[in-house]
Amino acid sequence: MTRSNIALLVLLAVVASLPLFGGAYALRLGTMACMYAILALSWNVVGGFAGYPSFATAAFFGFGAYTTGVLLGKGLPLWLGVVIAAVAALLMSAVLGAALLRLRGHYFAIASLSLVEVLRELVNNATDLTGGGMGLNIPLVSGSGVLAEAMFFFYAMWILLLLTALMVMAVAGSKLGFGLACIRQNETASSMVGLNTTLYKSIAFGLSACFVSAAGGVYAAWVHYIDPSDVFDILYSVKPIVMALMGGLGSPLGVACGAFLYLGLEEVVWRNYIQFHSGVLGLIIVLLLLFLPHGLISLRPANLWRKAKHV
Amino acid sequence: MHAAQILVNAVVLGCLYACIAIGFSLVWGVLNVINLIHGSFIVLGAYLAFGLYNALHISPWYSIAVAAPLFFVLGYLLQRLLLNRVITAPVLVTLTMTFGLDLILNNAMIYFFKADYRKLTLTPSLGSVSIFDVVVPVDRLIATVAALALTGLLYLLLRRSRVGRAIVAVRLDRDAAVLMGVDVKSIYAIAFGLGAALAGCAGVLMALIFPISPLTSSGYLGKAFVVCVLGGLGSVSGALAGGLLLALVEGIGSTFFGPAHATTLSFILLIIFLILRPQGLLGRKGFE
Repeated sequence: MTRSNIALLVLLAVVASLPLFGGAYALRLGTMACMYAILALSWNVVGGFAGYPSFATAAFFGFGAYTTGVLLGKGLPLWLGVVIAAVAALLMSAVLGAALLRLRGHYFAIASLSLVEVLRELVNNATDLTGGGMGLNIPLVSGSGVLAEAMFFFYAMWILLLLTALMVMAVAGSKLGFGLACIRQNETASSMVGLNTTLYKSIAFGLSACFVSAAGGVYAAWVHYIDPSDVFDILYSVKPIVMALMGGLGSPLGVACGAFLYLGLEEVVWRNYIQFHSGVLGLIIVLLLLFLPHGLISLRPANLWRKAKHV
Repeated sequence: MHAAQILVNAVVLGCLYACIAIGFSLVWGVLNVINLIHGSFIVLGAYLAFGLYNALHISPWYSIAVAAPLFFVLGYLLQRLLLNRVITAPVLVTLTMTFGLDLILNNAMIYFFKADYRKLTLTPSLGSVSIFDVVVPVDRLIATVAALALTGLLYLLLRRSRVGRAIVAVRLDRDAAVLMGVDVKSIYAIAFGLGAALAGCAGVLMALIFPISPLTSSGYLGKAFVVCVLGGLGSVSGALAGGLLLALVEGIGSTFFGPAHATTLSFILLIIFLILRPQGLLGRKGFE
């Protein structure tokens, strides 16, 4: 257990104590924070560890939201719906990954972007099952009060985040994580020395999909109504990347911090500049990439000092 | 005659698709950047045509001459000042960068022009011609010819001019081009400017045919993706072939499965092509 992993667990424990201090608004923000952290940490497995520029996060998020939504409509309990969504996404992404992950660089980016479009259009057109463009109403899970429900979904999302964080740590410390780092550095060389790159990449893609899908499922039950343009929004693919870049690519602690910081920025922008919120997000992206390409983690005092010594 | 109509529609639409995609293909091929602002540039070009026609009664045919230099300068500056700083970074960074720029431009357009759908309506209307049972509106016909002319112009530019040969050289082998004395930085900016100019001109043509709204930009961008991958990256003939194939598939697809499934079909085709034939129909390395 490295120091930064312990710091991440402490951070999560602090987040879990949020209901002690805040009301319904704080709980909503906390739920969003956990969701964003799940998306960013999951993306980090394939984007940060393996270095594949995946834009498919929105595809799996929407897939999970719709799978869970439809299953809840059929009367299944929430936990079962979420588990089925996660397992289905794991299988689907592992199979898709085996094909898509043979592409590299720009071609992989385009293919993963297209995956979002394909799933969105399929859901849009399968009106009988999903309600199509009219969206899908999802039955209330519990009949209890507003605050109790907010609390329930906060902890549901938090537990999912904890599981995601444990998964990411386990991957980072295992042979799988080492293999992914090799793939990132030089894929051809790592396959030359006997690494089964296709298998490793498919596992990474599958792991990054299943927690996102589960988060989508909890989100769907939480907001009670989803439609294709909402859950298959390409922003769900880009935001995790921005969070990861903000915090520092590849470091789980940095990525989680990036997600929380991003949510804070987003909330401030939404509250004050509703008409410019996507423009401000664009501005943040541009400034971040120009001036802080290695994320906040590069601002550690040690790094600054070391840099100063060279100058 | 039904089949003939589908075929003619596909040719008309295919040339327009090629015109949408060609600037995107040029930037991707030469700069190795997936330029996500392309869709918003097209919409901005459409607004330019709309504004010039409604305010000053300048016909869209002349708006092309206004749009081309304006967008060239815009693209040139954007590349020189912003994109050039991250041009050597991995695809994740350049792609996210252009996405951020696209968010800014699109948000600005929604703010200034509103998200309402508008339509440029020529008065008097140009009507349509019909040969046997095949009907083609005249404005579409002229837009197709203009799209073909723009495509041809780019082809000539790349083939005949000094700058064009330098662009092709950078595309083929960047390091060798540097050794031959090509100023790669300025070639990058010129190529990006050309891409933007083509997007602006394509937007002017689109204004004649399709409704205009900032919300349509991602649709145009998606078409550019598919055309580039189908036809093969970085060649004028590839973009034409890709555009025609896409329009044909969409036409036949919407006849048999309904228009709602046309987009799905085109993206499924894109993924199949990426996996089986990533170099596209006419794929080869090189730009003419």
